[in-house]
Formats: sequence, structure tokens, C-alpha cells
Amino acid sequence: MQVNEKKGEFKPTIVAFCCNWCSYAGADLAGTSRLSYPANVKIIRVPCSCRVNPMFILRAFQRGADGVILCGCHPGDCHYSTGNYYARRRMTMLFSMLDYLGIDRKRTRVEWVSAAEGTKFAAVMNDFAQTITELGENVKLGDLRCKE
Amino acid sequence: MQRIGVFVCWCGSNIAATVDVAAVAEAMKNEPGVVYTTDYQYMCSEGGQSRIKQAIKDYNLTGIVVCSCSPRMHEATFRKTAVAAGLNPYMVEIANIREHCSWIHKDKEEATEKAVILARTAVAKLMLNAPLTSGTSPVIKRALVIGGGIAGIQTALDIADAGYEVDIVEKRPTIGGRMAQLDKTFPTLDCAACILTPKMVDAASNEKITLYTYSEVESVKGFVGNFSAKIRKKARFVDATKCTGCAVCTEKCPSRKAKNEFNMGLNNRGAIYIPFAQAIPNVATIDPEYCIHAKTGKCGICQKNCSAGAIDFDQKDEIIEREYGAIVMATGFQPIKLDNFEEFGYAQYPDVVTSLEFERLMNAAGPTKGTLLRPSDLSHPKTLVFVQCVGSRCSADAKDGKPYCSKICCMYTAKHAMLVREKYPDTDVHVFYIDVRTPGKNFDEFQRRAVEQYGVDYIKGMVGKVTKKGDKLMVQGSDLLNNEQITIAADMVILATAIEPDPSAKQIASLLTASIDTNNWMTEAHAKLRPVESPTAGVFLSGVCQGPKDVPETVAQASAAASKVIGLLSKDHMVTNPCVAQSNELLCNGCTTCEKVCPYGAIEYKDKPIVGPGVPRGTIRRVAEVNPAICQGCGACTVACPSGAMDLKGFTNRQIMAEVDAICK
Repeated sequence: MQVNEKKGEFKPTIVAFCCNWCSYAGADLAGTSRLSYPANVKIIRVPCSCRVNPMFILRAFQRGADGVILCGCHPGDCHYSTGNYYARRRMTMLFSMLDYLGIDRKRTRVEWVSAAEGTKFAAVMNDFAQTITELGENVKLGDLRCKE
Repeated sequence: MQRIGVFVCWCGSNIAATVDVAAVAEAMKNEPGVVYTTDYQYMCSEGGQSRIKQAIKDYNLTGIVVCSCSPRMHEATFRKTAVAAGLNPYMVEIANIREHCSWIHKDKEEATEKAVILARTAVAKLMLNAPLTSGTSPVIKRALVIGGGIAGIQTALDIADAGYEVDIVEKRPTIGGRMAQLDKTFPTLDCAACILTPKMVDAASNEKITLYTYSEVESVKGFVGNFSAKIRKKARFVDATKCTGCAVCTEKCPSRKAKNEFNMGLNNRGAIYIPFAQAIPNVATIDPEYCIHAKTGKCGICQKNCSAGAIDFDQKDEIIEREYGAIVMATGFQPIKLDNFEEFGYAQYPDVVTSLEFERLMNAAGPTKGTLLRPSDLSHPKTLVFVQCVGSRCSADAKDGKPYCSKICCMYTAKHAMLVREKYPDTDVHVFYIDVRTPGKNFDEFQRRAVEQYGVDYIKGMVGKVTKKGDKLMVQGSDLLNNEQITIAADMVILATAIEPDPSAKQIASLLTASIDTNNWMTEAHAKLRPVESPTAGVFLSGVCQGPKDVPETVAQASAAASKVIGLLSKDHMVTNPCVAQSNELLCNGCTTCEKVCPYGAIEYKDKPIVGPGVPRGTIRRVAEVNPAICQGCGACTVACPSGAMDLKGFTNRQIMAEVDAICK
């Protein structure tokens, strides 16, 4: 979490996992089209949404992320045919686990963004960042050992 | 320990205007492992690249981070730079501080802060990178072209010319596509059939080209250089080797209910038909939906009249399985449906036609043998109104309209207007237009000839409504230049209908895992620099499937796609992506979970001697083994593995965790 001292407003840390073929390209298109979204969204490129281990998401929460979003190709359009279906199922399982851990489900999200959907990418990120800002700081899983 | 160099690119002012590049370079100095940082105007330029090479040598760098544009743009460039300086190409990481940072943020402080984090993330990942070596896989020297229109034909001819085998798969009974339906082609007004049919004959007679007409691609597996496709050759119920194309059967067939697709449904055809006289192959096809014999088992008139004995009511679909090194999409277009454009009365009034229907009405081989007669009463129309941009250039929220310009309509409308005035000087021709768009060699001259020489009346404005009064069509529109509402009593209205991708394109794109845009046009690997390649390696784009194009552009793009295919097929081996899955045999418990999730069948289980700490000598265990030539590196198995044995090179668990940590720091 970063608090902007000057304005005193809460700026959440948001990690976005984007598949290389659709969503990362969608993010590139948002950039090429100069569509802005909050700077606290940081993108990690993965080959496919199915590469994202739920452990990565838990790790992000443990290290102080306030929100984690996973973006992949639309169902049926996966570059590897079926990867996003695995991602979808794994995330559904993870959601139940987050409930169990007491982490608000709204802090994670799965979105399908194609390479042509720069507008959607920016809209999704704006919306997600706003949701997380409203939820405030994520205090659960704040592993003391990891904080300096 | 890694020795990392960080290179921050200004990208002229693209990055430097919003990101303090010097500050990013300065901040990176303190990152663990970083021994050298610098910034430069254009890292991708010759000067930038030589700076990188020099720094690699001077500082003994083991890896580099380039903070620049998207890795989708220049990752390959900087990998080559690294190789030239003796580094492994996979010891390069890109921090995307242009598309993901400078272009979307306005506040310099905020953007700089983000750029530092992105750079730090790349450094954290690079700290854990290991040199990777690409393998090779053989290239199958045969290409598949999906679609047999002018695009597919041209691509196939060019590939065959270079000495490679090509198969064309066409879903209709003949090749030729949309161009075969056209009467004349702009801007030279030469007849479409005269320039297309010789090419069709060339394709059919070329020994390197195999035509699969009335066939569809059913499934595609594999990857660049090694695709395997299943093609369904639909039953024609006519033995193509016996049929002579005499067309006696098509005249004798008593079923006359089927709409003639080739004439855009303006007349009917028999259940057994040959689409047009110059069809290739010139073989009859039975449409089982309308065939009386197929429905009732009676009739068989075609069989009785066939002197060649070619009719075979028992013919079955045939599945052909073939391997290909490259696949070309040439699926073409169709005019959009006009059901939701009620204002033009297309559904109610037979004399309101689309331009493609008009093309058939003007064509000597069309339903009226080239005499322009209006469909309702077969009288000669005296006043014609052309309406441009029907369904094109609509606002994004319009229900069925398309947001894009269909590109060809301005020119073919000018062509139609000109042809009508030339053939029937007693007609009045009006054209309603929003803008006249005629970029292209000799295009504007052509359109001006329509106005100046042929006296076509161009009216700037749109048509609001078409109604019927007696036997006239009342066209109400606005004349924007004279600022008045006008009504023209017309005999025929011709709608320049928007075009859209053929409906099969979407399904084929998903078979090939090639991407399409929001309007279902195929996406290019790069909009400007790689316009004939799909982002999926080994899949190429030819013709209108990529976006609206006229014939010359289609042919140019078809040849461009062919040259890319030839470049691929001329290689004996492909360099494979080394970012593939790898199983740690010490951890693998042989559960086969990974094998089940692998979409490529790249994982096999083998009994292997296991050597490691704590493992008794001579231990043999059944463990997973990834075939790196087949693995495409999606990573599905890495997450499925319950024992954590499976990892993905280049995107290892530790690397991604390090990125997460760097962002959340």
C-alpha cells in the first residue's frame, strides 16, 4: 500500500496478470490508444492465464497487494485452446478459499480481454482500481516477516 | 551472481515526456545485481544497440533489462543485440514503460514512480533467468489455403510457383469466390470473369495445387511448421471423376425451389447445379436439402439423363487428414444482412437491391442476361438512386451497422453509375453520399469521370426513407450542399451495403487459435509492420478476411502472404521456443495430472533411473517427461502439478514470485 502524503488519499497496490496473447496485447492497445487507467496497476506478463498459480495471488496478498486481477483470452479463444478454462476453474476454487481466509472476494477478479479490446482493458482497470480503493487497505495475510 | 545492465529508452519524447528517464536509470543503480545503467534517445536504433553491445563487453554483463516499448514490439530486436554481444538471448528482459506507463499516465511524478517499479520488477525477474537454448523441429513443406477466392487462388499460385505443394479448401462447390460474381472491375472496367477465370484454370491445372472444393476444415492441431488438419469433403452425390460438366442434369432437375446463391437469390436453381458456366471444377453438385430423391427416394431424373453415369446417391462425406507447415486464411467477406435497415425498404420492395445483386443484374451471365431490368416487373428502369454507406460508418452503438468504412463502395458505386449511363444513356442516375473516398491509383480520376463525363448526379446527404407510390419508389433524402430536403421518384434503389467477414472466419480463427477483432476481422501480428501474419505463428492472412479491400489490394496482400509462407517453407527446420515446461524428476510422483491437462500431448510417462540425494542407488521411477518439440509453453501443467515438480522455463515459479514481490515492495 502506498499513501500519497500530499493528498492523503489511499493508493492501492494492484497486480494484474495478463496473458501474452490477448490481454497483454489489449493492454498494449490501451497504451497505443492513450487510454488512461490508474498508475498503481502493474502488469505481469505470463504466457497464458493458466500459468497463474493461485499461490501467486496469495503471495501478492501476503506481500501487501490490495487487489489482484487475472486477465486472459475470451473463453474459446485461448491461444493454447483450453488454458483459460483451467484458469477459470482454478480461480473459482481460489475464491472459495479467499472467503475462508476472510479476504474480500472483490479483491480478486477474472476478466477476459482480447487483443482488440484496449478500451475494455482500460475500463476494467479503472473499475477494478476504484473497487479496491473503496475497499481500502488489505490487512489480511499481511505477513509480518515480509514487512520492513 | 548476475551482472545486470539497465538501459532506459526515451523513445524520443514518447517516454521521456512523461517519465524522468534519467531518474529511472539512477534509481536502478541501487538494485541488487545491477552494475550499469544508462538512458538513450532511441535504444532500438543502431546507436542504442551498439551502446548495449559495448556495455555488455565493458562491464561483463550477464543479462540486460531494457526499459522501453512493449516486448511484443522489440523483445526480438534486443535479444538479437544480446546475441551479437555474446549473451544468451533469454538473458534479456523488457520493462514496458511506454504502452503500460508513459502513454497512459499524464503526471510525470506518478509515471516515473511506476516506471521505476516496472524496471525493478524486470530486474528481479532477470536475477533468476537462466540461459535457454532453442531446439529445432522439422518444417512440413506443404501449405493449406482456406478459401478459394481471388485471394486464396493468388496465394496458392505464388506458393506453387516457388515449388511447394498447396491445398486450397473451398466450402462452395467452385473456386472463384466473390470476384466471380462481379461484372466489371474498377478503375479499368475490365470484365472480372476475363481476368479471374484464367487464374482459376491455372490453379486447377497446376500440379502443385490440390483443390478441395465443397470441403471444410474440420479441425487443426499442431503448431508452426507442423500443423495437421482434418478436411471434410462433403458428398456432392456426383462422381467428380466421371462428371463432364455438360449441365444436362441441371436443366432437367424438376426441383426449382433452391435460391441461386451465385445470383444472390435473384432467381432459382435446380437441386443439382453447377454454380456458373466457368466453375472449377466444372462438376455438378446435388443440394440434399432440395433434392427430391434425397427426400423421398423417388425422382432420379438426373441419374437417367446423365450419359456419363456420374450420379451417385450413396456418396458419403470423406475425411482427409493432411499435414502442413503453414496455413493461410483467405475466407473473404459477405454483404451484411439488411433486416434492421427498415428505412430503405429492402425487405418490402423487390426493386430495392444491394450492390452485389445489382452486379448480377448487370452481368451478362446473370439472371437477366445482362439487360438491366428491375426485379418487380422486368421493366427497364429510367431513374436509379444509389445510396452509399448503408450499414458502414455507423456509430458504435448502432445495432447492426458497422463502425468501419467498407472501403470498396464509393468506387463500385461510381462504376455502377457509369456502366448504367454508358449502356442506357436515357437513364437518370443519382448517388447519395456522405463522403466520396477514392484513394488509390486512378481512383479519383475514375470517380470524376462518372460525374463529369457521364453526368451522374452526386448528392451529398443521406437517404431518410424509401416508400412506394404507384410503381415508383419515393426516395426522401437531404441535399446538404443546397440545404434542402428532396424526394426523388425512382424506379430502382441500389444500396451500397457494408461488408463483413464471412461467418466461417470466426470458427476457423478459433480452430487455428488466431485472433479476431471486435468486428471479426482477423488480427495482424502487427498492424503496420506484419500485416499479413496472424499473431499465431504459421498462420497467414490473405485478402478481405483481414479487413475491407478491393481486388488489387487483395491480390497484393495475397502475394505478400505467399512470400511469407515461402519464407517459412524454405526452411528445413524451425527454431522452437525454449520457454517450455520441465519436470523435476526428483519431485515428480508420477501422478499423471500434468499429462491430462496438456493440450498438446507433450507429456509422456517413462520409467527412469533416478539419481539424487536420499534416493537409493538403482531406483527406477515412472516420471513425467516433457517433449520440448511439442510443448508450446502455456504452463497449464505447472499449476496442475501437486508436487511442484513441473516448472516453465523463462516463466518459472520463482521468477513470477520475484515479480510479485517487486511490485508489492
